[in-house]
Amino acid sequence: MRKNPQINQHGELNHLLTLEGLPREILLHILDTAASFVGVAEREVKKVPLLRGKTIFNLFFEPSTRTRTTFEIAAKRLSADVLNLNIGASSQSKGETVLDTVDNLSAMHADMFIVRHAQSGAAHLIAQHVAPYIHVINAGDGRHAHPTQGLLDMYTIRHYKPDFSGLRVAIVGDLMHSRVARSEIHALNILGTQEVRVIAPKTLIPSGVEGLGVKVYHNMAAGLAGVDVVIMLRLQHERMKGAILPSAQEYFKYYGLTPEKLAYCSGDAIVMHPGPMNRGVEIDSSVADGEQSVILPQVTFGIAVRMAVMSILASSGS
Amino acid sequence: MKLVIKGGRVIDPKHGLDAVTDVYIASGKIAALGAAPAGFTAQRTIDATGLVVCPGFVDLSARLREPGLEYKATLESEMEAAMAGGVTSLVCPPDTDPPLDEPGLVEMLKHRARSLNKARVFPLGALTQKLEGRELTEMAELSDAGCIGFSQADAALTDTMTLMRALQYAATFGFAVWLRPQDVFLSRHGVAHDGEVATRLGLSGIPSCAETVALSTILLLARETGARIHLCRLSTAAGIGMVRVAKEQGLAVTCDVGMHHVHLSESDVGFFDANCRLVPPLRTDADRAALREGLADGTVDAVCSDHSPVDDDAKQVPFGEAEPGATGLELLLPLTLQWAREDRLPLHRALARITHEPARLLGIAGGQLGLGSPADVCVFDPDTDWQVDRKALYSQGKNTPFLGARVQGRVCCTLVEGHVVFDRLHGREARKPAVS
Repeated sequence: MRKNPQINQHGELNHLLTLEGLPREILLHILDTAASFVGVAEREVKKVPLLRGKTIFNLFFEPSTRTRTTFEIAAKRLSADVLNLNIGASSQSKGETVLDTVDNLSAMHADMFIVRHAQSGAAHLIAQHVAPYIHVINAGDGRHAHPTQGLLDMYTIRHYKPDFSGLRVAIVGDLMHSRVARSEIHALNILGTQEVRVIAPKTLIPSGVEGLGVKVYHNMAAGLAGVDVVIMLRLQHERMKGAILPSAQEYFKYYGLTPEKLAYCSGDAIVMHPGPMNRGVEIDSSVADGEQSVILPQVTFGIAVRMAVMSILASSGS
Repeated sequence: MKLVIKGGRVIDPKHGLDAVTDVYIASGKIAALGAAPAGFTAQRTIDATGLVVCPGFVDLSARLREPGLEYKATLESEMEAAMAGGVTSLVCPPDTDPPLDEPGLVEMLKHRARSLNKARVFPLGALTQKLEGRELTEMAELSDAGCIGFSQADAALTDTMTLMRALQYAATFGFAVWLRPQDVFLSRHGVAHDGEVATRLGLSGIPSCAETVALSTILLLARETGARIHLCRLSTAAGIGMVRVAKEQGLAVTCDVGMHHVHLSESDVGFFDANCRLVPPLRTDADRAALREGLADGTVDAVCSDHSPVDDDAKQVPFGEAEPGATGLELLLPLTLQWAREDRLPLHRALARITHEPARLLGIAGGQLGLGSPADVCVFDPDTDWQVDRKALYSQGKNTPFLGARVQGRVCCTLVEGHVVFDRLHGREARKPAVS
């Protein structure tokens, strides 16, 4: 078996690239550390000095506002200096490779890179290339992984449903293209979730997904029966019509989360969505804004989780 | 020049020979085995005690990158690699820049290759102009210029009418057409085998049916047109099964598999190892087992290195953007030996797949040690192990999934037409490998 590239020789987390294969203790340590940061936002001075003097680059090769902003806030609350680089496809086409960019920024004495890229494996590539004292956080690579989103979802679930061993969780929607779903599936299994289900039409289910530890359903009534947590996935606009799905309307009718479909779940089920939502496509507004929705708390917890990841990485190897 | 290779274990798969004996070479041909011909005085004696002496290898797919792609590799560097790998005859696909679609380009390549005086180069001509899949090339002219067959390489030929016409036209002259079955639409955007590993890594998949759907079209058109088809680099169990049935039914098809696919599978991609980005993609363990079964029962005629040197820049990018291919000429022997060891095959049966069998389907004289045949010979040490690292490779391409691995079996000496063109035995190598 190959060496896990995100764990250093002392068994510490050196990069966060994917949740797959992470030891349960490391995952729990991140969630526990995040809990200690939740209170920081409620103080008058929303800062702790843990990363003072550190320089963090938000290296976004794919556009993003929300994720980049939450990382920026998290870094600032830890007192780090943060620089945002939005490197669109245009500057890539000028010939500078990903690794050229990384080398240049490393020469400016970066301590941490937060990377988003449209290609799966981009964060691994960078992590394998940088000097050992530089830490890399994957903020989403292609369809592969979005580990901090996966962690914040686990934090949210644990907040409302502390015991994973008795939980049934359903992930609904575009599994095929979702890095969020992949990270959630790995995390849920590492934490010992009783049952992880995925629900989608066959065109949105990637092949061999059962091997990741999920049960596949194509019908909402069957898939949602008795579940404690429903995670809805975003359906990208370009996939709403074409060879994968005929229309957003038909998708909503059969797979959109409405109050009627929510009723299949356990009575105290929580509803989650990584955002941004398409109201009326994958989720009905009355559910998104309803009593069982924990979509906004997800965002709040997201900052604490990202603070936890950054502070844990910064303390590794030192 | 007369020389004798003494005391080696001589293996000639074509003639079922596996014995310790001497090989006498005169005027570029095998003059005798065992006892010296009358009046034979060797000008040079190669002591092959403890070594294996066998026909030089015949590789059905080696990209030399000339013309046009010299930043990846040059004829000089890749011919050195061929010699260091014991490969004395090789087929090069037409996907150069420009593609081999004009007789002048083929003549130039043949001329350049001949002037280097190393491996024999057998170019495949482009089946369609610019490999665009629309207009036929001047196949007869290209054949006169030295093409041994015609191929689309990895370029698409979506129009089945054009494919049928190309097969009919080639069949008119009896030319072989080399096709790698892969449906364009089913493989679109794909970079890895469509299965659990690709799903875990979030890579776009190429399903097995991309191969079988195209293969079924090709087999049906082969029947329809009577064209002689060689199927390149099959990768799936289902594909091997289809070829087995077609051969049983008497269809004149031959096929090869790539060396990497005999050894590796999808899980070797690991954490996005761009050196495992290959075409076709590495598939499942079951597929790999089926390729080996096909080799054992003769469904698969040959193993090729599918040598594709790629420059570092084209590999040091995210997996999905990496240029596919692996350097392979120098690994063909050690990986063939490893396969023989793992499957407990007699050495002569494994070596047949890289000597006599590919030579037979090409219709060339090499790949054997029969009396009077060209003295293309490889002398190798089956026991020496060596580390595959950048410095050890003569090829300009250092891209191989085996980088850093230790492999067993090393070429000591390579002869082409009776001339020693590579010699590790006496520390008289032509030059040190290019280190970059």
